[in-house]
Amino acid sequence: MTGVPANRPMLSGERVHRIHWVLGTDRLRAVCHCTAEREWLLAHPVGHVPAAR
Amino acid sequence: MTSIPRDQWYVAAYSSEIREELFSRTICGEPILFWRTRSGQVTAVSDRCVHRRFPLSQAPSRLVADQVVCGYHGFTYGTDGKCVSVPGQTRIPRTARLRGYPLVEQDRFVWVFIGDPAKADASSIPRAPYLDSPDYTTVAGMEPLKARFSLLVDNLLDLSHETYLHGGYIGTPEVASTPITTEVDEEAGIVYVSRHMDDAECPPFYAKSTGLQGRIARWQDIEYSPPCLYKLHSRIAPVGSVPHSDGTDPDAFHVEVVYAITPETEHSTHDFWSVARDFALGDDEVSAFLAENNRTVVLQDVVALDVLEQVIATEPEGYQELSVNIDTGGLAARRMLQRLAAANQAPATAS
Repeated sequence: MTGVPANRPMLSGERVHRIHWVLGTDRLRAVCHCTAEREWLLAHPVGHVPAAR
Repeated sequence: MTSIPRDQWYVAAYSSEIREELFSRTICGEPILFWRTRSGQVTAVSDRCVHRRFPLSQAPSRLVADQVVCGYHGFTYGTDGKCVSVPGQTRIPRTARLRGYPLVEQDRFVWVFIGDPAKADASSIPRAPYLDSPDYTTVAGMEPLKARFSLLVDNLLDLSHETYLHGGYIGTPEVASTPITTEVDEEAGIVYVSRHMDDAECPPFYAKSTGLQGRIARWQDIEYSPPCLYKLHSRIAPVGSVPHSDGTDPDAFHVEVVYAITPETEHSTHDFWSVARDFALGDDEVSAFLAENNRTVVLQDVVALDVLEQVIATEPEGYQELSVNIDTGGLAARRMLQRLAAANQAPATAS
């Protein structure tokens, strides 16, 4: 996993998912309760337009 | 389509607001009449006479021996909402009954259940025990907001706005620039947002109330239980201090900032705020300082959100917002609120 979570886990339920802001970057890393991980940017990617409706 | 979740508990008032007199407040579009009976119980019924819908909180309506007498034609109701007297006749129609609301008085709040009373489960009400604990001293207030409740949720779930909207009070540069971790518990219905600043400037709000000078460790842990209760666990400590492994935290100052976010209508909100502290207990000077400063901060939000409501209410449909990293918690809260609101609008049975 890239980046260290900035904060320790606070919720203890079995179905908690966490979204960490990766220190020093603009990226977010999501960790599901099933341990799957995914990374994404919340901002709009540069250079695209809304899909035609 | 309403954005207000139904079948939910909402804070309707502080306990201290309800006395042995008629008190009216609109909650989620429903005008509700409250009073405290002679035995100390709070009662909540519809604030509209079943006859010609005259507000029962409106003079000359009055409370007589735990019964409310309509000031228009004299229909009289008991604490359970049942009509006990109709003018000019002895027969009382069976349907002459005010709608009653499930009610719980807890943590110095009066909670009412908006929706199907059969679904009211008092054990699901989130707690804020510090507000009624001898280990804390609390200041509180309520400001009316001319904005939809979701705007206040957005505002409180992202505290990076403190740096800009509340600079000089509770905002310092680190708030907007410290990464956050967002945790979402779908089962328990909690959104938790942590921002732990380990070496931060001490804003005047905390410097003057705690006496700490210079740099501090400042932790902000938001715990939001949609739709109504928001808690900000604020920890202020000397740099380098962390809670002990046994859970105690003797070097730190703790402030529990609690908001109850209650829709009045689709476009207005009751903004209940409380600040409970575990230091300077009973110190009136510190209480006055925190009350005045927190109210100032709340009013800065009120001004901004009232403007934002007008912007949203008058803009063309389809405006596309841009969300960034700081919005993670707010977006998680929105998703949970949308699910709660959609749950009431789904048909009760599949056809």
